[in-house]
Amino acid sequence: MAKEELILLDFWASMYGMRVRIALAEKGIPYDYKEQDLRNKSQLLLDSNPVHKKIPVLIHKGNPICESSIIVEYIDEVWNHKAPLFPSDPCGKARARFWADFIDKKLYQIGRKLYTTKGEEHEAARVEFIECLKLLEGELGDKPYFGGESFGYLDVSLIPFYSWFQAYETYGNFNLELECPKLIAWAKRCIQNKESVSSTLPELPKVFAFVQYLRKRFGIDD
Amino acid sequence: MADEVKLYGFRGSPYGCRVEIALNLKGIEYEFIQEDLSDKSADLIKYNPVHKKIPVLMHNGKPISESLVVVEYIDDVWKGVPILPRDAHEKARARFWAKFIDDKCIPAVFKALGSHGQEQAVAEAQEQLQFLENELKGNKFFGGDNINLVDISATYLAYWLGGAEEAIGIKVLTKDKFPKLTEWCENFVNCQTVKDTLIPREILVAFYKKRFGKA
Repeated sequence: MAKEELILLDFWASMYGMRVRIALAEKGIPYDYKEQDLRNKSQLLLDSNPVHKKIPVLIHKGNPICESSIIVEYIDEVWNHKAPLFPSDPCGKARARFWADFIDKKLYQIGRKLYTTKGEEHEAARVEFIECLKLLEGELGDKPYFGGESFGYLDVSLIPFYSWFQAYETYGNFNLELECPKLIAWAKRCIQNKESVSSTLPELPKVFAFVQYLRKRFGIDD
Repeated sequence: MADEVKLYGFRGSPYGCRVEIALNLKGIEYEFIQEDLSDKSADLIKYNPVHKKIPVLMHNGKPISESLVVVEYIDDVWKGVPILPRDAHEKARARFWAKFIDDKCIPAVFKALGSHGQEQAVAEAQEQLQFLENELKGNKFFGGDNINLVDISATYLAYWLGGAEEAIGIKVLTKDKFPKLTEWCENFVNCQTVKDTLIPREILVAFYKKRFGKA
């Protein structure tokens, strides 16, 4: 398949974009990566995602697909020859979708509050963030991956957030290895065993520097 | 072995309704367990410990939560009338619009209602509704000739919104701005699989009058 058939509009630090990059790497699919300037959005991005005007957008044979969780499911369905991301049983699928929905609704918003808020709101976010991670840890249990023996949809959905952990730890003022040791072990396992993850995730200090830059832009004191 | 299907819900919840419509489409028999939302049962908390919310579908003893996750589960398990398109791209499109309704459209509408029709809030809600108006593209339903995941996701807009508008005395989904969506509402609530799940309009309006302090 020609590279031009598949285009990914993305931003290097986006955990949502990383999900798509990991899924594509798992399947071994070549694609054309187009880094987007989110402060000056391209016409291609605006045309491909007129509703949200957000990345990531996967354009396959001219057809755009938006929303990272939906894109990952699409990739899994279309390129089903290798590395299935979902279990075959409907219950297992529903479970994976439930927890991915939980991550989407909770983790990003609460995580954002860790580096953009102060006072009571910040304190509430700190508590809620750890609660969320502990719930996810509970779901992982003693399995090597959320997908069981193999790396799956929920692993893909959550692992990109690990690249933001230095920022969350610093601004949340906690030690995540102490709070959620199983989750940290899982993240390191993913990086060690999955090339799709190690080749996709940016270095934690690089993301931390980006968050420092964001805080300056929002006018938040360091 | 026959399937054992139970639905923990609340009569009058649009989210529970989504699941009931999906079950009706597939012709599945189920037991409905009414929850008292001010005093949730131990079972509900056991089966949905994360959110402690209805609806929860119990299928042969296994719980599934989050209405759109449940609807997709129903489509995965039971063949028959399809709820999602089979083509991967069309399926992604349907999921996109279902998510849009949940993430953007309904929250904007809630804000407009909660503000009792404040101009800016109504304008923002109408901006989101316009996307849906355009997406209908002259079809009877978002699914074309038959209802699909997107129609089911928009259940609140088809029936509950009208009840709330009447209770507050405002109009967000106006016929002149949204002629296709208005017709869709009518068509949707008249589907046999939908009709039976709806609570009487007087009860809905009375509930909203109390909720928005207009009783």
